[in-house]
Amino acid sequence: MEFIGQLPPLFLRTIGQTHLAEIHGRRPRRPYLNICPVLKPQDTMVKWTAEERAAIEAVFASLDYESVGRESLTRLLVVYPWTRRYFGGFGNLFNTEAIMANPKVAAHGTVVLQGLEMALEDMDNIKKTYASLSELHSEKLQVDPGNFQLLGDCLTVVIATRMRTEFTPVIQAAWQKFLCVVVAALRRQYN
Amino acid sequence: MSLSAKDKTIVKALWAKISPKTEDIGNEAMSRMLYVYPQTKTYFSHWSDLTPGSAPVRKHGKKVLGGIGLAVEKIDDLFAGLLSLSELHAFQLRVDPANFKILSHNILVVCAMLFPVDFTPEAHLAMDKFLARLALALSDKYR
Repeated sequence: MEFIGQLPPLFLRTIGQTHLAEIHGRRPRRPYLNICPVLKPQDTMVKWTAEERAAIEAVFASLDYESVGRESLTRLLVVYPWTRRYFGGFGNLFNTEAIMANPKVAAHGTVVLQGLEMALEDMDNIKKTYASLSELHSEKLQVDPGNFQLLGDCLTVVIATRMRTEFTPVIQAAWQKFLCVVVAALRRQYN
Repeated sequence: MSLSAKDKTIVKALWAKISPKTEDIGNEAMSRMLYVYPQTKTYFSHWSDLTPGSAPVRKHGKKVLGGIGLAVEKIDDLFAGLLSLSELHAFQLRVDPANFKILSHNILVVCAMLFPVDFTPEAHLAMDKFLARLALALSDKYR
């Protein structure tokens, strides 16, 4: 095994990465990135096309934050009931009707949407934008980051009910990429 | 996360609305899966056209939704009912089961788009559970 250290780095990179990349035909996988459409692990900065930026802005422009926020959080708590563990102070979350009528759920739904909107201010620095929120969720709230994906999925479903056929595959692609980037930024401070 | 009697009732009711539009819904869900999650295209390299709404995509979407319809009929015993489909996916198609989750998500998105009023939080819950259980039954014979 010692001789490997004596091979020139360029050769190592050639045999190690290029050849395998050709055999496999695509980037290596990591479990949670399977659900993310187009992120490559070796990218240090996410690149957005003009179309993607426009698509994401179009989605936000179409949303009534209060209505969408409330419904998204309601769906999270109904479809994935274990997420109720994080909302002990919200009062009655025992059934769908109670959750839908709960004013704290409604208020918090709006907070979540406003939090997502923060990313739009500087799409090229989403990691930096969410650094303190990431720390909050990991250190203080101690939320299992798998739940971010679940809330993202519920939000996507609600957006689909609002935008309907305007939620085209092109817009959905940009939106899912956006959610992946935000979720990755929120996961970042966990250790 | 097994299906309660209430879940089964809700799924059947929602399916009654879905079944007249099997081809459209199948096409939408497959198209979105292939476009939004391009890694799924690797299973269909033998098709001439993988763009959303193309003939092979539409035809296959109809077939997949037909399979889901079969699962709705066999909802009381999915593992037995989907045995041959599980063997097909395990030994011939060898689709990585992680992709079932991706297609399920897109089916839920299309349901939400087409039936915004009927796709209540309870319907969402029941369909999500059903599709997850279906995926489990489909991957039963893998190893």
